[in-house]
Amino acid sequence: MPASPLFAYALRLGDDALVLGQRLGEWCGNAPALEIDLALANLGLDLLGQATFLLGYAGELEAGGRDADKLAFHRDVMDFTNCLLVEQPNGDFARTLARQFLFSAWRLPLFEALAGSKDEMLAAVAGKAVKETAYHLRFSREWVVRLGDGTEESRARMIDGLDWCWRFVDELFEADAVTEALAGVAPDPASLRPAFDAEVDRTLAEAGLERPPVRRPVVGGREGRHSEHLGHLLAEMQFLPRAYPDAQW
Amino acid sequence: MVSRTIDRATAVRQALAAVMDPEIPVVTVFDLGIVREISADGRRVTITPTYSGCPATAAIEADIRRALATAGLEETQIAVRLDPAWTTDWISAEGREKLHAYGIAPPSPRAAAACPRCGSPDTEEVSAFGSTPCKALWRCRACAEPFDRFKCH
Repeated sequence: MPASPLFAYALRLGDDALVLGQRLGEWCGNAPALEIDLALANLGLDLLGQATFLLGYAGELEAGGRDADKLAFHRDVMDFTNCLLVEQPNGDFARTLARQFLFSAWRLPLFEALAGSKDEMLAAVAGKAVKETAYHLRFSREWVVRLGDGTEESRARMIDGLDWCWRFVDELFEADAVTEALAGVAPDPASLRPAFDAEVDRTLAEAGLERPPVRRPVVGGREGRHSEHLGHLLAEMQFLPRAYPDAQW
Repeated sequence: MVSRTIDRATAVRQALAAVMDPEIPVVTVFDLGIVREISADGRRVTITPTYSGCPATAAIEADIRRALATAGLEETQIAVRLDPAWTTDWISAEGREKLHAYGIAPPSPRAAAACPRCGSPDTEEVSAFGSTPCKALWRCRACAEPFDRFKCH
């Protein structure tokens, strides 16, 4: 039986949050300062919470006995439908923050639109997440400005970070059969681009940075075609519940 | 003669009044606005999680379940409601006073927080993220003490 578009949509938004939350967790204990360590862990927690709601909802829609944990820990890499941006390795601190900024600048207008969705559950989850995402955007844009407008070294690193991430931006605004089937429930991805562009331009101007050079966009995450990095992330994230299926806290 | 039986909703309310936030053990689930509703027949409690990923949410639900069971009310249904989203506006006046007395600046839309220790308004934000999702880290320039501030949410 083919999956319903609403299931596929909740799953992909949940996968985005889960994978990025896991990436941010990798900074725990490694961040440049204690405050940053706490901040990145807090961001990761928010995303993990959003993933729990979204994957839990996907499981309900599927009605096949899979809950949020089952979906998170017992699917293989090709069954994940997160965007490619979130699975990219952390790189240095600047690249992590560049990734966070671009993600949050897209995610905020998305959740603002979804908060008015005619699907009650998506609207409720988005209504909660919109507040958290606004905070993530504020935090990450401040770092884009601080590093971009900082020392020669920090500026070069932020330019590199944005440059690395930029090829994964177009995927965020791509429509496909899932979004087309959900008119009125989910916004047309392309409709979010003006808000994203305005945020990027405003922040880069403040940071004294240019837009990264145009690169050939890389897409495919929504269809399960991922970079080699996702498999490694999942191997670490999924090890315990797969090796010890009955493990309990 | 005073009747010794109280109705179920009152009994549920009394049981929940003793459930504290696990991270900030001076405020109850009522002070924080987490308990949204107790049905008139006392058979259903509706709660709203604070932050999507707050690890205390699961602990709070378990504590509520335990408190109800201890009071012999384990048959009570616990419903989780996401919409409308929890906001710090729901923290009661009493809850704000308790936070302040505990050393946490309560949420306020004002840009600067008053130091919960010495009361000085001469304070600064150190980090927008603190020890829990709901708090930011601040410092008082007058008494030099760091303090937590509840974020407006």
